Amino acid sequence: MAGPGRKALLDPLFENNPIALQVLGICSALAVTTKMETSVVMCGAVIFVLTFSNFFVSLLRNNIPSSIRIIVQLTIISSLVIIADQFLKAYLYDISKQLSVFVGLIITNCIIMGRAEAFAMQNRPSLSIMDGLGNGFGYSLILLATGFFRELLGSGKLFGHTVFPLATEGGWYSPNGLMTLSAGAFFIIGGFIWALRVWKHDQVEEEG
Amino acid sequence: MLEHYLGLAVKTIFVENMALAFFLGMCSFLAVSKKINTAIGLGLAVIFVLTVTVPINNLLFNYALTGGALSWLHPDLAGYDLSFLGFLCYIGTIAAMVQIVEMTLDRFVPTLYAALGVFLPLIAVNCAILGASLFMVERDYNFGESVVFGLGSGIGWFLAVVALASIRERMHYSNVPPALRGLGMTFILTGLMAIGFMAFGGIQL
Repeated sequence: MAGPGRKALLDPLFENNPIALQVLGICSALAVTTKMETSVVMCGAVIFVLTFSNFFVSLLRNNIPSSIRIIVQLTIISSLVIIADQFLKAYLYDISKQLSVFVGLIITNCIIMGRAEAFAMQNRPSLSIMDGLGNGFGYSLILLATGFFRELLGSGKLFGHTVFPLATEGGWYSPNGLMTLSAGAFFIIGGFIWALRVWKHDQVEEEG
Repeated sequence: MLEHYLGLAVKTIFVENMALAFFLGMCSFLAVSKKINTAIGLGLAVIFVLTVTVPINNLLFNYALTGGALSWLHPDLAGYDLSFLGFLCYIGTIAAMVQIVEMTLDRFVPTLYAALGVFLPLIAVNCAILGASLFMVERDYNFGESVVFGLGSGIGWFLAVVALASIRERMHYSNVPPALRGLGMTFILTGLMAIGFMAFGGIQL
């Protein structure tokens, strides 16, 4: 793979992670991660919308007048989200019910707006697809890791299958209820950011 | 009747706080909470826009989008269900309302406009605004309830962001491990605040 394409695909994983460094798209990262199942579906939806919105915005970038570009981008993104939402309702109805409003909120997920504005408006379509995929995977990485810990520690399960037998059902593991609550998600993501910045020192913020 | 609305308001402000229980508007919540003054400015703008857009989207949903909603226009149109266009319409309303609110404030209340400054246009992409409209549709609120819900969620978000900003200003005096400074510490603070707000959880209204 060529240099810039590879860089656009791989950089967002650790070097320039959308959640941990760019502080984008946090709302959904926290809300849907109580279970692995919902996290996986959410990641799929976001990767789909992000890749195609980057592609279409990049394709149209020379024809969008800059004064109305926000509303044009929003229209492209909302149309893609409607497609994703209708697809989930048709084929994965239960999960779509659990995700409730958060599928719709992909529209205002700042990663998608942010990448359309910062990358797709300046680069050619093939490179923008790479950037969309890369940021989608960077987002998924944090989302899946958070979902993994929250489901495993909060209810002793993974994808709904029991891993740690619960004490209430004759096993040995007493679940940590904090993990299934909203506060648990904040602590886990805070911990990830801490770990990532211990590993990569240049991401440390100077001011306290 | 009044008690019902009061109960809904308390519930949306404290028990189901937009920022701390549903994680909505997190991006701007974390980005602007460095100083109390900017937090207050953005919080006020959010209250304002939420109170206006949620009722408007409620009317839009009930009289244009939901199944059979167009029958007031012509009996033949009763068979149409346009609710799949919801997302596109809500975000359009929000973007347009933010623009109108901005122009009105500029013309008639220039002091408030100057105080809110750059935060007004930013609100169009705040997930709390779209989220409130989507919750309104999902929970089937009527017009009166949606006014209270919009105002209540705005106040709840305002409280949360101002509280976080005041804690973060005090963090200057603490010795935080270098790698945890800034974003990492803010997440942990927000988590602790979310636990605090859970104290309201048992309230039944």
